[in-house]
Amino acid sequence: MSLYEEIGGEAAVNAAVDIFYRKVLRDTSINHFFADVDMVRQAAKQKAFLTMAFGGPHSYTGEDMRKGHAHLVARGLNDSHFDAVMENIAATLTELNVPANLIAQAAAIAESTRNDVLGK
Amino acid sequence: MPNILYAGQTYTCEGQSVLDCLTAQGISIPSSCRAGSCQTCLMCAVSGTLPELSQRGLKPTLVVQHYFKACSCYPETDLEVQLPNTALGKFDAQVVSLDALNDEIIGVRLRPISPFPYQAGQFINLYQNDSTARCYSLASVPSIDDTLHLHVRRVPNGVVSNWIADQLKVGDTVAISAASGDCFYVAGQAAPNMLLIGTGSGLAPLYGIVRDALQQGHQGDISLYHGSTQVSGLYLVEALRNLAQAHPNFHYTPCVSDETPPADYRHGMVLDVVLKDLPDLKGYRVFLCGNPNMVKAAQQEAFFAGASLRDIFADPF
Ligand SMILES: Cc1cc2nc3c(=O)[nH]c(=O)nc-3n(C[C@H](O)[C@H](O)[C@H](O)COP(=O)(O)OP(=O)(O)OC[C@H]3O[C@@H](n4cnc5c(N)ncnc54)[C@H](O)[C@@H]3O)c2cc1C
Ligand code: HEM
Repeated sequence: MSLYEEIGGEAAVNAAVDIFYRKVLRDTSINHFFADVDMVRQAAKQKAFLTMAFGGPHSYTGEDMRKGHAHLVARGLNDSHFDAVMENIAATLTELNVPANLIAQAAAIAESTRNDVLGK
Repeated sequence: MPNILYAGQTYTCEGQSVLDCLTAQGISIPSSCRAGSCQTCLMCAVSGTLPELSQRGLKPTLVVQHYFKACSCYPETDLEVQLPNTALGKFDAQVVSLDALNDEIIGVRLRPISPFPYQAGQFINLYQNDSTARCYSLASVPSIDDTLHLHVRRVPNGVVSNWIADQLKVGDTVAISAASGDCFYVAGQAAPNMLLIGTGSGLAPLYGIVRDALQQGHQGDISLYHGSTQVSGLYLVEALRNLAQAHPNFHYTPCVSDETPPADYRHGMVLDVVLKDLPDLKGYRVFLCGNPNMVKAAQQEAFFAGASLRDIFADPF
């Protein structure tokens, strides 16, 4: 079974979206990056993001991640913000009672995008 | 082999997704994840049968309008597709009545000349002329009202709203677009309770949605909050109070922020009043219309109070 299936597939992503995005919007170290984005439209993007982090189907390339976050890097997006997002992902999965070894695998997937997201 | 009809051209779709089929022909369709999550490649089916997978995860309001994800749509039969809102047809409609709802809001009733499918709470474009149009929400309900009802606020120096208020006459013919938007009631959804918050003419779509839900026998609570700075800025107060009398699950709360209102109104900003009354919005479907600042703040507060992002519908204007 893939990590995505083990975590619970699309149903798990659906459950995680609200929890994760509430954390992000409440996290004052990063919520300014989300101030101008349309919240409701953003829900689908958050789903894409979590699907990717959970090892699910996507066809984003590193280049897509670079382009998709370049406007945020221009506004100062750096490692500390990336770390905050990583913490929010782990806290979300913990809240959903996902076992620690699976959380670690999801974290590793998200971590692998760091250089692209931060445009390094 | 299924065919795809798009913008007047037919394309053969050989085991591909609609997205891949069209982009392979050099047609530009917005897309991002190409795996069914991000909904960037939403298209709309004009005719044909959509595979279940192509609509999985979409809001029910999008599903009933035949929206689908082009990247996840592997057609089994012929399909006619378009990008959302590209081919909104124009309809002629006759002005049936114009009545002041209060000092600044006019109730406009239109009778379309041909059949006009819509959902209460969607909006139309009303054309002043070929190049000038504005959106107005539908306060009428297809199964209750035989005309389209708009609530138009006169905006200081606004081009179209003042034209409607000053120039339009009963008997005139105007052009309108087909209805669009996803702020409307769908029966049988998970979220059983409904919260609707509007300011000013933002009541228009909500008045339609509430009456539609009641007409369809909605069982959960339906709470409508209408806010204005002054008592004189509210309207349809009696009609809504009567509706609440007739339906025990419908609650109507008029709110006034800038003057102390009579006892049967609430004093305060509409969003503050809501959060005091309903601190836990888990399991609520939330509809927000009107002042953009209110709508934006209310989206966030409703989400923090427990409403799911999927269950929040908003039209700021
Ligand atoms: C989805 C949706 C639904 C809507 N539903 C409704 C509804 O049900 N009821 C309703 O009343 N409205 C509704 N609206 C708003 C409506 O579409 C119009 O925006 C509104 O009527 C104003 O149009 P107007 O032509 O009168 O004003 P406009 O001429 O567009 O002017 C709008 C404002 O801009 C200012 N302005 C215009 N030109 C300039 C300029 N050159 N420089 C500086 N300022 C300028 C005007 O003074 C005015 O304050 C809706 C909007 C949307 C998007
Ligand atoms: C942990 C690794 C990350 C991954 C895998 C990731 C992935 C994604 C994806 C898939 C999208 C949607 C792109 C689209 O389809 O349009 C997106 C958008 C976005 N991401 Fe990230 N992201 C990451 C980190 C971050 C960080 C650290 C921030 C800021 C603190 C951030 C802020 C945003 C914003 C604001 C958007 C929306 C952009 C817009 O719509 O304007 N992301 N991300």
